[in-house]
Amino acid sequence: MSWRRFIRRRWWDEERAREIAAYLEIETADNIARGMPPAEAAAAARRKFGNPAMVREEIYRMNTVGWLESTWQDLRYAARVLRLSPGFATVAILSLALGVGANTAIFQLLDAVRLRSLPVRNPQELAEVKIVGGNHGMGINQQYGELTRPIWQVIHDKQRVFSGTFAWSVNQHYVGRGSEMRHFHGLWVTGDFFRVLGVQPWRGRLLLPEDEGACPVTHAVVSYSYWRSEMGGREPGTGTKTIMDNDAVEIVGVTPPEFFGMSVGDDFDIALPFCRQKEELRRDIFEVSVMGRLKPGSTLARASAEMNALSPGIFEATVPPGRDPRSVEMYKHFRLSAYPASQGVSWLRESYDRPLWLLLGIAGLVLLIACANLANLMLARASTRAREFAVRLALGASRARLVRQLLAESALLAAAGTACGIALARSLSGVLVWSLSTEGSSVNLNTAMDWRVLLFAAGVAVLTCAAFGVLPALRASQGQPAAAMKAGGRGMTTGRERFSLQRLMVVTQISVSLVLLVAALLFVRSFRNLMTFDPGMRESGITAGFLGFWQSNLPEQRWLDFKRELLDEVRATPGVLNAATTTNSPLLGSSWEHGVHIGALEGDSKFTWVSPGYFDTMGIPVVRGRGFTENDTANSTRVAVVNRTFGRKYLSGADPIGQNLRTIQEPNYPSTVYEIVGVIPDTQYNDLRGVTPPMTFAPASQLPAPGPWTGLMIYSNAPPAAIGAAIKRRLAARHPDVIVEFSDFQKDIRDQLAPERLMAMLSGFFGALAALLAMVGLYGVVSFIVARRRHEIGIRLALGAECGRVVAMVMRDAARLLAVGIALGTAASLLAGRSAGSLLFGLKPWDPATLAAAGTLLAAIAAAASFVPARRAARLDPMDALRDE
Amino acid sequence: MGKKPTQTDILQGTLDMLILQTLAPGPAHGHTIAYAIERRSEDVLQVEHGSLYPALHRLEERGWIASFWGTSENNRKARYYRLSAAGRKQLRAEMSRWERVVRAVNRVLRPAEE
Repeated sequence: MSWRRFIRRRWWDEERAREIAAYLEIETADNIARGMPPAEAAAAARRKFGNPAMVREEIYRMNTVGWLESTWQDLRYAARVLRLSPGFATVAILSLALGVGANTAIFQLLDAVRLRSLPVRNPQELAEVKIVGGNHGMGINQQYGELTRPIWQVIHDKQRVFSGTFAWSVNQHYVGRGSEMRHFHGLWVTGDFFRVLGVQPWRGRLLLPEDEGACPVTHAVVSYSYWRSEMGGREPGTGTKTIMDNDAVEIVGVTPPEFFGMSVGDDFDIALPFCRQKEELRRDIFEVSVMGRLKPGSTLARASAEMNALSPGIFEATVPPGRDPRSVEMYKHFRLSAYPASQGVSWLRESYDRPLWLLLGIAGLVLLIACANLANLMLARASTRAREFAVRLALGASRARLVRQLLAESALLAAAGTACGIALARSLSGVLVWSLSTEGSSVNLNTAMDWRVLLFAAGVAVLTCAAFGVLPALRASQGQPAAAMKAGGRGMTTGRERFSLQRLMVVTQISVSLVLLVAALLFVRSFRNLMTFDPGMRESGITAGFLGFWQSNLPEQRWLDFKRELLDEVRATPGVLNAATTTNSPLLGSSWEHGVHIGALEGDSKFTWVSPGYFDTMGIPVVRGRGFTENDTANSTRVAVVNRTFGRKYLSGADPIGQNLRTIQEPNYPSTVYEIVGVIPDTQYNDLRGVTPPMTFAPASQLPAPGPWTGLMIYSNAPPAAIGAAIKRRLAARHPDVIVEFSDFQKDIRDQLAPERLMAMLSGFFGALAALLAMVGLYGVVSFIVARRRHEIGIRLALGAECGRVVAMVMRDAARLLAVGIALGTAASLLAGRSAGSLLFGLKPWDPATLAAAGTLLAAIAAAASFVPARRAARLDPMDALRDE
Repeated sequence: MGKKPTQTDILQGTLDMLILQTLAPGPAHGHTIAYAIERRSEDVLQVEHGSLYPALHRLEERGWIASFWGTSENNRKARYYRLSAAGRKQLRAEMSRWERVVRAVNRVLRPAEE
């Protein structure tokens, strides 16, 4: 067998045809020369030669690769067959495209969030050093911050197992001045960061160890996207300075387009080197993530062992000051270990891991329903094509060849569906990423196709093809040709067997749809519960704000008064009904906690320092005692308002008013005694779902270590966007150096529900799709059964059966399928519900109302789907049905 | 194809050998080859002339003969075949094999004469 011949077989065929023609010419000429008349001469030549077509065919076959040729034939024939029934092909390809597209899109997201490696050199060599079990909330914790900078210093100096180490942290900072100021996503790195990662500059140069000099920072590099959008692609390193925070910084380079930093889903704007401050580094701020590249041949286990061995020395040398002995003891017993870091870090992983796997499962079930539907269609087609198959079998086709022929049709459908599905997935995953993004945090994911996604899609295609193709193909090839030819497609004798397979498919569809409907209802209701949940405070009409005045160069003793002046400006803005300062916005994820002693009890409480109008602004009633007033000053008695949980937990229900609580000392926060003067009801703390912790509020004037900034909560009767803009204008005119940010509080809260929204949206969509597919499936099967029983129904009608009875007869059949499907589906829902439990809010996965609603909905859909063919059966003209015979 | 030994293998092999032998003196086209085989076997070996062509195709594919378009004795275009070096070797091998077979068959058929 020669591939060259195979490829040139058509050419050879023509060549041989010419050769044969030449033979015939020569022989004819010879015959004429022998004295034959021309016509007879030509005929004699042909006789002498034999059958030219057979000869050509024989040569052609010599040039072919058998299986390839017949596969190609099968596929071409399948394409022709499918072209003959475009309706069927369209429905099949579309439903597959939807199924495969949804699965692939969700898998793309999973791939991007969970499976993809960082775009750096040999990412599998990277390891992150973390405290085993975390730091138990000690000190100040920043996003992705696992260790303090002093700890990093010791690791860097002592470790031998890594060929290079680096520390990094992310933080939002500001470029520009005052009201002109804008946020940027800062990536703070040690000098070795880019070298150890092996990232090459796109333009200019990247940061080097010598950039890690004394504060303030003088050099920085920007990400590719920031460079394009904010710097207009201007060549870096020309000496132009940009103002960042308060310092003039020169941009010296641009990172490559694919590099987004170390956290998947986030994109950094500007990378700056850590700088050496004059004062000693803080030992209580857990702000950096420390990573290293393993030496060639080294392993994670060896790195962990070394980190563990180094731990006692490291923690002994970096004890945070001003801590109580117990925390110090705990701190000294921390142990370090190395963890794989090839995929970087990501907050998306925690929030979306479960939802995405669950959605993948749901999308898989939708695909299963689509396959069951297709299998049904194929079965129905097979029975109408029984005659064709019978003829082929009778003419000598082998059953295997017939199966192959039918599988070729399925394969073609699966391939076309998958191709469309992949195309669809590209836009779908874009929509998904977009729906994860909120105003505050845009999500940036690389969902480009990679081998994993393509492998996944191909796997799905093969599975679907097997799922909907094999059974009908096997079934179709088993017909007895003689019986099929005789029956001629209108017999009453078609066995129940074929029906039973279709019934099985419908039962599967109904039960799986029920599972999906239950999931959809659960997630939609859960989301609704969250949306309508009362957190115990005002949400709508509230604007959350942030004011920063570190560019104003005010002396520290002026800060408190200045904050009051700024608050007065805000309150005087038209439309503002009330406003207060706070150290912490509720419900938006951030947390502030101190240890407390109440009598002999010790525990933790959340702490918030607020100005007097806070409870009024937020609509939180003070149910006992009083709120704060202007008389609570920096010099008066320290007072506090606590929530009910605080009283329940630490005062065992006794009246909190007049009781004292003492904070446990921390750096900058000396141990202080507060007298409880008021009680508020329990409100949610930093998210909607959590259990309310003990909470303490204290007057802003008594905040121990204030900074040149404050949070704001504003209640207005104008829309937050308008109020924010008005206040911004007012402050820009009077205090141009003050950094001002506002956001719609309610919208911020809802943005936090993005994972729940995604779940509700997608599971709702899939549930609806499943119900639709189940309806189509049931309709198809009932119609088919009715068509097959046409003759029988005709006789019944002719013998005087009433229309109603015929309808009832057909519907009873459908109802049986429905009952079995719903019973199985309910059981499956209860089993599957367990995996969804933790994602639900305010209801249980076995919520009976939801189960009942889903069952009823499905029953209604099924009734509608089977009523149409049932009525058609009842309106049958018996004469027509019987005359057919 | 044709890897599997079949009943026609011997006949096919024989036809191959006859073609190769016919081409031994010099190039010829299909028509000539067919008549040459017929004539030389004194019309005992009647081949359907068409069946020659698949054999020619197979021999060419194996590299034993090469072909080119030429002009026939009476000025018609025809495809000529010529023996390649490999074909010559193959012809010798086939002939010796054939002789062995013929001797063996003869020995079986006429043991007395041995």
